[in-house]
Amino acid sequence: MQLSGRGVRCVRGGREVLSGLDFTVSSGEALAVTGANGSGKTSLLRTIAGHLALTGGSIDLEGGEQELTLAEQAHYLGHRDAMKPALSVLENLSFWRDFLGGEISDAGQSLKLVGIEHAALLPAAYLSAGQRRRLSIARLLTVRRPIWLLDEPTSALDSDGQTLFANVTRDHLARGGIVVAATHAPLGIEAKQLRIGDGGPLVAALNSKPSRGGAA
Amino acid sequence: MTLTTTLTDLANPTRFLSLTARVLPWLTATTAILLAIGLYQSAMAPDDYQQGATVKIMFIHVPNAWLSMFVWGVMSVAAFGTLVWRHPLADVAAKAAAPIGAAFTFLALVTGSLWGRPMWGTYWEWDARLTSVLILFLMYLGLMALWRAVEDPSRAARAAAVLTLVGAINLPIIKFSVDWWNTLHQPASVFRMGGSTLDRAFLLPLLVMAVAFSLLFVTLHLAAMRNEILRRRVRSLQMMQASRQAA
Amino acid sequence: MTALAALIRRDIQIALRVGGGALIGVLFFLTVVVLMPFAIGPDLALLTRLGPAILWLGALLASLLTLDRLFMADHDDGSLDLIAMSRTPLELSCAAKALAHWIAAGLPLIVATPVLGLLLNLDAGSTLAVALTLLVGTPALTFTGIIGASLAVTLHRGGLLLAVLVLPLSIPVLIFGVAASEAAISGPVSFGTPFSILAALSLVSFVVGPFAAAASLRQGLD
Repeated sequence: MQLSGRGVRCVRGGREVLSGLDFTVSSGEALAVTGANGSGKTSLLRTIAGHLALTGGSIDLEGGEQELTLAEQAHYLGHRDAMKPALSVLENLSFWRDFLGGEISDAGQSLKLVGIEHAALLPAAYLSAGQRRRLSIARLLTVRRPIWLLDEPTSALDSDGQTLFANVTRDHLARGGIVVAATHAPLGIEAKQLRIGDGGPLVAALNSKPSRGGAA
Repeated sequence: MTLTTTLTDLANPTRFLSLTARVLPWLTATTAILLAIGLYQSAMAPDDYQQGATVKIMFIHVPNAWLSMFVWGVMSVAAFGTLVWRHPLADVAAKAAAPIGAAFTFLALVTGSLWGRPMWGTYWEWDARLTSVLILFLMYLGLMALWRAVEDPSRAARAAAVLTLVGAINLPIIKFSVDWWNTLHQPASVFRMGGSTLDRAFLLPLLVMAVAFSLLFVTLHLAAMRNEILRRRVRSLQMMQASRQAA
Repeated sequence: MTALAALIRRDIQIALRVGGGALIGVLFFLTVVVLMPFAIGPDLALLTRLGPAILWLGALLASLLTLDRLFMADHDDGSLDLIAMSRTPLELSCAAKALAHWIAAGLPLIVATPVLGLLLNLDAGSTLAVALTLLVGTPALTFTGIIGASLAVTLHRGGLLLAVLVLPLSIPVLIFGVAASEAAISGPVSFGTPFSILAALSLVSFVVGPFAAAASLRQGLD
């Protein structure tokens, strides 16, 4: 499977945020999208996810399921955690398991893997920011989709959480998944780098392996 | 919220819980006895020459109408307690009182409707007294909705306290307006719910029922306050449980 | 559980647990109906004649004013992004949310109608007629209203602007709803005519509403 973009341009809020980006990610590879605040990292992720329209260029997926769109084969982990405070933690996760569509695994098991199963029956309102992030990661584990689009995935996670994230992501890549992550901080996994802004896009060929356990 | 601050917050309520646990059984028994006496006396009271036996609904309607306003008064005092004196149990008292006040108001409405049915021919008339009670009922329901709308009890308490006091100020204004509206469109109705003069035979049962219903309010209110305190404890425990690290 | 059933179930659960729950809509309905006599006057005979109209206006306002948060809440917490990425078509998701809203907020209004009919001195038959027209007509109000609710996401604002946009679309439902009620109570016009048009309006809204809402939501996702 290969996800690629050629000359990607898009406009958001009246200004052009992406002007001619190229990238390629294949199965088992991760792409770290870096750049200053406001450089367009989130916009790139949202364009791939189909939330933002392309004004130029193209984004293609080769090797995925033919009848499904790109968005239907991708997970999106945004700044907000798509979690309803009035429902319990387990109810939140079970809903996404039933609604998203895809290969599913046990919700309780996923909660255990991310370390919040002790709060499974409590209202999700009582979770801290780091625990909500873990709940979002549990969603990625409960419904299997090949492409992960992650926006600042390690923010709000403590060092244990960042280790968890790195392990989970490595598993996903080992199974042939694709990861595109916008980030400020080191992700703790091997990744190609796509730098946006700073005088033009730069695709660095080097595999950057940032030091583990940095502060989020 | 650390363990120590949680316990400090609950210290006063703990004393409240143990005190009420001892007092409530006696209160409940006394209320039941008084209600029984009052109902018996009401049944034994003579029929009204004009309204027949239906006048006896008054023995339930009038105390409930009094209480519906009295409970708002209790909530107003509690509102002061929350906003001005910052008494720890004030908001518990306010929250617990609202549904009970709403229930008394609803009973006043239903008994008022039944009382008027034989005279009016309809289940409802837009007369001044009954309409004012209906508006009061709506205000109670709105207050209850406000309590539920905010998840954090102490924030909800401040909002509810302001609304309670605003309501207390507005009640006389509303009453006056509704009276004026009623006389504007209709001649004064022959049937006055208060009754022209209260015969001595009616007065005693009425007073007994009034005291009995007031005691009923106190009993229910204390029980409701206990429940609310326990409910908040459960919530604190759940929050502590959630923030615990996984084993 | 199927995807749409899960969505309906979730929305109903949230509606019942958050804030005043479904009953806040009923409380609003009650308040509006109580307000009318203060403007019209306490003449009960007049109020009875206006009964179907008062009940319909109250139900219309109550169902529309609870709709504007329908998609905003999901947009604010990021759920809308994920709903758009699910393998269920967005049109069906919109229809499911509308159905859940009608069950949680519309049905209680219909259940409350007999009590309110009592306040207006409507007899049992008239109240039944009004309740029946509400049962058939409120789905149209909800499914049309979701168009406004989805616009709220694009416009990033709700409130009165949406009411102004959506209310004209609700006028046909109001006209035929009240006409059907009055036909059942007194009128020379047969009940069947306005009632079948009311039903047709609902059926049309089941299709137009979700498609328009989905199209509008896609604009608002950026």
